[in-house]
Amino acid sequence: MVEMNINRRQFLKLTGATAATLAIVELGFNEKEVYASSKELKIAKSTVTPTICCYCGVGCGILVHTKNNQVVYTEGDPDHPVNEGKLCSKGTTIRQLYTTEKRVLKPRYRAPGSSEWVEKDWEWMYERIAKRVKETRDASFIEKEGGIVVNKTERIASLGGAALDNEETYLLSKMMRGLGIVYLEHQARI
Amino acid sequence: MTNHWNDLQNTDCALIMGANPAENHPISFRWLLKARENGGKIVSVDPRFTRSSSQADIYAPLRSGTDIPFVGGMIKYAIDHKLFHKEYVAKYTNAAFLVKEGFDFKDGLFSGYDEATRSYDKTKWEFETAEDGTPKRDETLEHPRSVFQLMKKHYSRYDVDTVVNVTGTPKKDFLKVCDAFCSTGKPGKAGTIMYAMGTTQHTVGTQNVRAFGILQLLLGNIGLPGGGINALRGESNVQGSTDFGLLFGDLPGYVGAPKAIPEHATLKGYLEKETPKTSYWTNKPKFLVSMLKAWYGPNATKENEFGYQYLPKGNKNYSHMMLFNTMHKGGLDGAFLFGTNPVVGGPNAGKEKEALSHLKWMVAVDLWETETSAFWQKEAGSDPSKIDTEVFLLPACSSFEKEGSVSNSSRWMQYRWKAIEPKGESKADLEILNGLATRIKKLYKNESSPAAEAINALHWEYGGHGDHPDIDVVCREINGYDAVTGKLVENFNALLDDGSTVCGNWIYSGFYPEEGKNLSKRRDNKDTGGGNFLNWSYAWPMNRRILYNRAAADPSGKPWSKDKAVIWWDGVQKKWTGYDVPDFKAVVAPTEPGGQSPFIMMKDGVGGVFAPSLNDGPFPEHYEPYESPVPNMFSRQESNPTIMIFGGSFNKRGDRSKFPIVGTTYRVSEHWQSGSMTRNQEWLSELSAHMFIEMSEELAEEKGIKNKDKIIVSSARGEITAYAMVTKRFKPHIVDGKKIHQIGMPWHFGYKGFATGDTANRLTPHIGDANTTIPEYKAFLCNVRRAD
Repeated sequence: MVEMNINRRQFLKLTGATAATLAIVELGFNEKEVYASSKELKIAKSTVTPTICCYCGVGCGILVHTKNNQVVYTEGDPDHPVNEGKLCSKGTTIRQLYTTEKRVLKPRYRAPGSSEWVEKDWEWMYERIAKRVKETRDASFIEKEGGIVVNKTERIASLGGAALDNEETYLLSKMMRGLGIVYLEHQARI
Repeated sequence: MTNHWNDLQNTDCALIMGANPAENHPISFRWLLKARENGGKIVSVDPRFTRSSSQADIYAPLRSGTDIPFVGGMIKYAIDHKLFHKEYVAKYTNAAFLVKEGFDFKDGLFSGYDEATRSYDKTKWEFETAEDGTPKRDETLEHPRSVFQLMKKHYSRYDVDTVVNVTGTPKKDFLKVCDAFCSTGKPGKAGTIMYAMGTTQHTVGTQNVRAFGILQLLLGNIGLPGGGINALRGESNVQGSTDFGLLFGDLPGYVGAPKAIPEHATLKGYLEKETPKTSYWTNKPKFLVSMLKAWYGPNATKENEFGYQYLPKGNKNYSHMMLFNTMHKGGLDGAFLFGTNPVVGGPNAGKEKEALSHLKWMVAVDLWETETSAFWQKEAGSDPSKIDTEVFLLPACSSFEKEGSVSNSSRWMQYRWKAIEPKGESKADLEILNGLATRIKKLYKNESSPAAEAINALHWEYGGHGDHPDIDVVCREINGYDAVTGKLVENFNALLDDGSTVCGNWIYSGFYPEEGKNLSKRRDNKDTGGGNFLNWSYAWPMNRRILYNRAAADPSGKPWSKDKAVIWWDGVQKKWTGYDVPDFKAVVAPTEPGGQSPFIMMKDGVGGVFAPSLNDGPFPEHYEPYESPVPNMFSRQESNPTIMIFGGSFNKRGDRSKFPIVGTTYRVSEHWQSGSMTRNQEWLSELSAHMFIEMSEELAEEKGIKNKDKIIVSSARGEITAYAMVTKRFKPHIVDGKKIHQIGMPWHFGYKGFATGDTANRLTPHIGDANTTIPEYKAFLCNVRRAD
């Protein structure tokens, strides 16, 4: 058997860490026994919120069931005209974007030369980043080039954004160009 | 996509080429299967027999990088067998236009080539014009200098035997594809072309798509239900992020970013140079001035050119590969990365990782610790003590922990509601951007240097709570409103160039036409006809579902066929009507000026069979990939003569004597892009747990490799180790009598997450398309050997 970062037992434990019973339900074990109580466990009294899948460009509808500040279940949106309730393997497991232990939950900072992350609060991060941006921008700002006003910095780049919402990409474009950034690229190029 | 996902059910023939929707856009395939239930055919052309191929009526293999010979051969087939839609071609495309004397094509080069600059003088490709400046035309298509005749001559060289000799496609399979797809040239039939990165990620990527465009115009397939050219977007909002100006060359709404050239020195100069005299783009001044009002608010006045001078003006190509090349040379100090992972996804990824260590600071905004934000770690093969980059990792929340809209391939702007509070201390990118912008602005508040002046002028008032902006304010700014009253504009027709209207992105204007009506939130799923679902969400522009739909009607305004009707001229009501929002001024009768010009965004109102604006020629011509296993059999030009070459140690070029095998990358259903959104999930990691290299039984036998053996793949850039996956899905191609092997590999893997593996992109080159500089991931040279 080839190696993987997790073996099956650890894998069950990982999923179970959030809700042991649910993990078993979703993996299809003890089917009959669990089925009887599943409605109460998962769907009952949960809040249902429609979303659009975050993976490919098909844009399938997904319903997110939440209860007690947990994502208890996700399923294809039967009212959506493109997927009519169906989902692929990625869309089906969208719940784990929330439940996985791999999520970064606090800002992390790595100092020059350091071999580790240090957790910081948001305000510290914002202020330090703003300072670094200003330093670089001020030192590299080009007001004019060949007599033409160019108002740019060629020493800061911005990459990415294809996973962001439209409203976010709009603010990203406005902010970066507003700062004079010309190295502005994202995944559509690659 | 010119059309949309549900519309696939209306097709008579779907040509899937350079895409694999059954695995990479699985749900889209439902609509193709519906088309088949209605009698439609599915055709798959791919170097590998994919799951899409397994569902197809016809499959034809081809060697990676030979799309132009293949489609060029189809163009010739359609012309030779008179299968093209003659009236459509004569009226709705530039095939009838005459090209100026002196245009020529010899041995792989069009007229006007300059070897020193590797570029063309495009004035050699201009149309001959009448006194009023419009192109001269011959609608009989017989004039020897007509685009049609020049095209016919160009593709006369793409005869069946030459084509299959280059592509390695069995002749009978090639002919089956030609016969099936070209049958859609009849009025009443529609064929669609579905493509993705298998088409674009080549040094001739743009021309690959152009070849599709020519074929579809010849067959009269653009504007029709079940027709069109449909790019299958790989990311949930790569459509929207491009629309909103996240590529260096375009501001939101595809208004070109100003450059540091004398003509762009003033707003007036820019508008004079960049506003065409004809087409809908004559409105460009309204779009740009309204955007400047959105960006600079009260600081945008008539006296200061509406803040035009605050916009940065670049002087070169700043695209992805140039960016990393500059970074590697120490030319960049800081970088922001929003949900992107170039250490896995970028070309020549080993070098891109090295480049990051030249940064002084890097801000990564992501749900995960990725191979990119952790590039300095021992695990990444780095020595942290030698890397001075300061790294900030800001935790973003997932898509259902916030609200906002995304635009799918169909251009449907669909709203996502917030289902739960962001996990831990993670935040929406909207909040993070606002948090950063307000703090940076604060540092400049009391300064008056030119750098301070530009950022101080940026209008940034989004209300909300704490750092989280009120998203409704952002939505209003995107849609546009009256600068004085604040009243929302109905759509982009209401925009003006005098500073009285505000609009962040004109192509989206209309999604929020009045108070309380953000149309991206609509969920009425009743089919309004033709599968267009006009009341579900909002499709830009103007809620149109099928672009260029005027072309689905004949010049007199009647549908070419009842079966493929979309919009038509209603002589009683005196307007265009039908199942879609007309992509045309609704009250212009077919008999009025412009009433027979369906391509309203094009300068001449017609589709471009001949494209005099591209860098590498007005017709697609075959050049071999930058790294090719064989010489070019069409001309002495080996690779595209206009691509930018990155030399030196940063980008070594592989030679066929050392690397005789064609390599290509692809994706699997269970993983997505660089894997950070799937390898951090338990189930998907277990479903597809390992990096592998797929190869034919024939190649495996030659190399003494068995299924599941550990093997090493090498290219001029590096080596990776993975498991061999020996399948019947790859077969050697017979090219010019020689056996050419091709292998394929997923590009999802890296060293982070639950499922890990070597990164395929350590093998791929820093070389790109002559127009877009998209990297040539899909055809590079490599070799394989057993690891033990």
